[in-house]
Amino acid sequence: MNEPGANETSKYLLEARNITKVFGELRANDDVTLSLKPGEIHALLGENGAGKSTLVKIIYGSLRATSGHLFWRGRAVTVPNPAAARALGIGMVFQHFSLFDALTVTQNISLALPSDVDIGALSGRIETVSNDYGLPLRPDALVADLSVGERQRIEIVRCLLQEPRLLIMDEPTAVLTPQEADQLFVTLARLASEGCGVLYISHRLEEVRRICHDATILRHGKLAARVDPQQETAASLAALMVGTEVAAVRTDKGTAPGAPLLELSGLSLATDDQFGVSLKNINLAVRAGEIVAVAGVAGNGQGEFFDALSGELTNSNNATVKIAGVGCGREGITQRRRRDAAFVPEERLGHGAVPNFPLSENVVLTHHSVEATRLKTGGGMAGSAVVRNGMIDRDAARYVNRVVTELFDVRKGTPDPEAQSLSGGNLQKFVVGREMALQPRVLVVNQPTWGLDAGAAALIRQALIDLARGGSAVLVISQDLDEIFEVADRIAVISRGEMSQAYPSEELSLERIGLLMAGAHEAVAPNVGAGAV
Amino acid sequence: MSALEAVILTIITASTPLLLAAIGELVTERSGVLNLGVEGMMIMGAVSGFAAAYTTHSALLGVGAGLLAGVGMSLLFAFLTQTLMTSQVATGLSLTLLGLGLSGMIGEGFTGLPGIKLEALNIPFLSDIPFIGPVIFGHDILVYGSLFIVAGVAYVLFCTRLGLIITAVGGNHHSAHALGYKVLRVRYGCIAFGGACSGLAGAYLSLAYTPQWIENMSSGRGWIALALVVFSTWLPKRLLVGAYLFGTVWIMGLYVQALGVDIPSQLLSSLPYLVTIVALIIISGNKTLTKVNTPACIGQPFAPER
Amino acid sequence: MILVLEKRSQPSRAMVWLSPVLALSITVVIGGFIFASLGLDPFKALYIYFIDPMTTLWSIEELIVKAAPLVMIGVGLAVCFTANVWNIGAEGQLTMGALFGSAIPIYFTDWQSPLVLVLMLVLGAIGGALFAAIPALLKNRFGANEILTSLMLVYVAQLILDWVIRGPWKDPKGFNFPQSVSFEGWQLLPLLGEGRVHLGAVLALIAAVLLWVMMGRSLRGFEIRVIGNSPRAGAFAGFAQKKVVLFCFMLSGALAGLAGICEVAGPSGQLQPVISPGYGFTAIIVAFLGRLNPIGVIFAGILLAISYLGGEAAQVELGISDKMAQVFQGMLLFLILACETLIHYRIKLASERGAVKEA
Repeated sequence: MNEPGANETSKYLLEARNITKVFGELRANDDVTLSLKPGEIHALLGENGAGKSTLVKIIYGSLRATSGHLFWRGRAVTVPNPAAARALGIGMVFQHFSLFDALTVTQNISLALPSDVDIGALSGRIETVSNDYGLPLRPDALVADLSVGERQRIEIVRCLLQEPRLLIMDEPTAVLTPQEADQLFVTLARLASEGCGVLYISHRLEEVRRICHDATILRHGKLAARVDPQQETAASLAALMVGTEVAAVRTDKGTAPGAPLLELSGLSLATDDQFGVSLKNINLAVRAGEIVAVAGVAGNGQGEFFDALSGELTNSNNATVKIAGVGCGREGITQRRRRDAAFVPEERLGHGAVPNFPLSENVVLTHHSVEATRLKTGGGMAGSAVVRNGMIDRDAARYVNRVVTELFDVRKGTPDPEAQSLSGGNLQKFVVGREMALQPRVLVVNQPTWGLDAGAAALIRQALIDLARGGSAVLVISQDLDEIFEVADRIAVISRGEMSQAYPSEELSLERIGLLMAGAHEAVAPNVGAGAV
Repeated sequence: MSALEAVILTIITASTPLLLAAIGELVTERSGVLNLGVEGMMIMGAVSGFAAAYTTHSALLGVGAGLLAGVGMSLLFAFLTQTLMTSQVATGLSLTLLGLGLSGMIGEGFTGLPGIKLEALNIPFLSDIPFIGPVIFGHDILVYGSLFIVAGVAYVLFCTRLGLIITAVGGNHHSAHALGYKVLRVRYGCIAFGGACSGLAGAYLSLAYTPQWIENMSSGRGWIALALVVFSTWLPKRLLVGAYLFGTVWIMGLYVQALGVDIPSQLLSSLPYLVTIVALIIISGNKTLTKVNTPACIGQPFAPER
Repeated sequence: MILVLEKRSQPSRAMVWLSPVLALSITVVIGGFIFASLGLDPFKALYIYFIDPMTTLWSIEELIVKAAPLVMIGVGLAVCFTANVWNIGAEGQLTMGALFGSAIPIYFTDWQSPLVLVLMLVLGAIGGALFAAIPALLKNRFGANEILTSLMLVYVAQLILDWVIRGPWKDPKGFNFPQSVSFEGWQLLPLLGEGRVHLGAVLALIAAVLLWVMMGRSLRGFEIRVIGNSPRAGAFAGFAQKKVVLFCFMLSGALAGLAGICEVAGPSGQLQPVISPGYGFTAIIVAFLGRLNPIGVIFAGILLAISYLGGEAAQVELGISDKMAQVFQGMLLFLILACETLIHYRIKLASERGAVKEA
């Protein structure tokens, strides 16, 4: 990968030229070129599966390109591994953190640094640098006790300690409240002003337009465009990312909602997990025909909330959860399903589906206690019960699989493959479709479209809306505020296990939601430079 | 020798094999690997130690042979579970079954033969002090070795970078891998260390404890060592205390009988096993203790594709 | 050059059937080498070990006698392991089942009735089930590791048996040998045919078929498979993990206990200090060799019975230690596990770690 003759006095900090990366038959990157100047915040855009992560891993040395060249400050370089990248001055903050819960902040950072770094002085340096850049950390804190936003700070400070010239950030604001995101932008601006380059991967178009100077857009592994995001609109950027006009989701907020089908009154649930979140006095009602969204950054009790609704966690007080007016707080998930409620959990493999079971068996997972599949196929034919007299009817299960595949456009290699062989989008379509096949009057979904490509996400959101308009009550728990504003009639915010009241979505702004996320009592993090509240 | 002296000495000798096997397994588990083959490695250490000592007339060479046997067995386990990614539980069980069978076969020729005893270190003058002499200074190298190893493990785990890396690998092997640490290499090393310790424990049994070879002479100590590791919540200091507690229980039967109390000998023999169950109940039931210290990745195979 | 595993896109159907066969073949080959190193003709030794036991009617009957308990316990363990519930204490449950069942002939020596045998068998199953419930309850209530608790109980059960036959249940006319009274005709399992094959063999077959249907077709079997694969998905499906743990332990315990009383009321005819030559542990290997499938377990049980018989024959004819059979069994399990990897992965030799660079 050492290419002679590449020596223009380069104004670029980093140049990736004609990068191609092939995995078997998949061309994850196909002749992609990206260039970035010092002090520039450069966006790398593309929807899920476009090849952003692959390109960035190549730059960072986690992967080797099949062909193409990398140039660092004008010189051709090879980056055989992340340590070499760090030695060059490239730091990376991944979307999924490499942290150890059982260790302290200092221990975590020391593991990420070369072994010759003086550990004794490290704690002091961590404190100084983190405060300096507006991302304060306590060196002795146990990572397990920290929030997701604080954990990200560890990752960022770890990079900063090595005085990088280029900082790569992969979807950094996915786990932050709007205020925390603002703080991050201040930090990034400071870094840029010091000459550090920032490669910013995101699919949040408004953000990108706000802070980025330049953008490279990938689509299906190829370079689609190179634009100045501040000259574009979010819609034009989206179109460049997806390649076509993205069909806007049809929301007709015509009919008034009906009777409440899901009611939570004074729902409290203490957690026995040391690192869990206890739910405190949640009150919420979802009426027939409406979609209520629960917004919140990860780690505020969404998982526990979902489990309390689904019945995986029961409550001693029966009246805390009511479905169609009947108290069922003490009932388990199977009984709640018999009350025409259905649930879609956040984790697809391992929770919503068994990874190495075929799809037809995964149907049995939630259909086993239901008398008959009530999915209308257009011919009005209903399936027969999947389980009768304790025995499984495989044909009935396969029938449901076929119907779901057809209605939800589930694409797969064979008719009945293992769940784990499906792509994220297709698996989620299957899981959502499976629950819709129960024709629920109440549907609770946790993070319906995380990690999905735009097409699958749009299909699922439309399905949720259609279900609601058909008279069901739909509750969506999501960290994606764009999604929430797209589908929700009313929005509530969960923060540290407590829930705000649900406001009509027209009445809420991003800023207000951010304040609700932070809770009434939390002080906004100290910041560098201009105030950012 | 006074009665108290005798009691203390037997407690120490009964606890040493437990301590040796357990501290090795503690390191293995800290790196995220559950090796249920401790009993198999121990019994192989015992038979190899005896065989080598008998043929060379050197107990020390026997100890060395025991150590190597343990390492060899453990590397077989490591190859299957780390490189071939087999189930750790099933592989550990098969290691035990294999060890019991193989040792039985090898040991057939050595049953009933006179043992070669691992001599106590005779430190001039110190070992002659009445009472303190034999009790503190009169042991063989494996007894002192076991204490030294425990101290060494504690030091490495909590005061060195290697220890930090081992804890990291056991806590989150994906993160460790992402940071560039060789997860498999660390685990191979920890597994081998565990094997060495179990082998030493076995050699102790056949060369010092009962200097003889008897089929299945480990009598479940390997399993008790596993329980000990859980009981200690993966902390060496607690392990030391636990091992000596169990050692006391182990030989209690003898002393109770000697006191002439009319309890069936089988009940006394069953005490170590019953106490093990009780200890597991107590420690596992305490969620805070276990949750915080459990190596989160324990038992999970590491597949570097994320 | 290092070994690298490459994940297959779909598990290899062929390997599901082939891997146990491959493991067996490699075991045989290694065995041949061991025999050769001992100075024996490897082919002759292998013949005596594996083929001979199938040649005479007598030896086939002996095969069935040994295979019956292996299959009976093995199918129960297969169900357990499928649920990721590790019952390692089957040997102890076998012992307790033998004890419970023997209570009738010992306390009601003179009661004659066809009911006696039925009751003995039922009590045997109950005894095994109750004893197996202990580790299950400890796991459910306290989270205590069931491998260790069930194993500890094996030693406890053995000691209880030892005490009982040296003490309260010792045969007063037994010349002070540690054994119980011999059972009378009606207290013994009916024999099938001329040899020692007893009703236990039929019971084992019935158990295998019933469990095969349960695991393959019933909701209960589905529950067990889900919990064993993804406990969280099981909770999502509304399956109670604790109930499954208890069910699996008690089922396998009952079968082990039944095997125990069958051994006592069959081949031996009385309680003795050693009831089984480690059937409860060998059954673990049987379960794995049978790929945790009850029908597969039948074949696996027969195979391992062959190795037992072969071991005895080899000892007589070639002077090889009978422990060799145990070594074979241990090796076999190792190889089964190793070859299972081939189902999900292809093994390649590589000069460096492929495309994905490790730092």
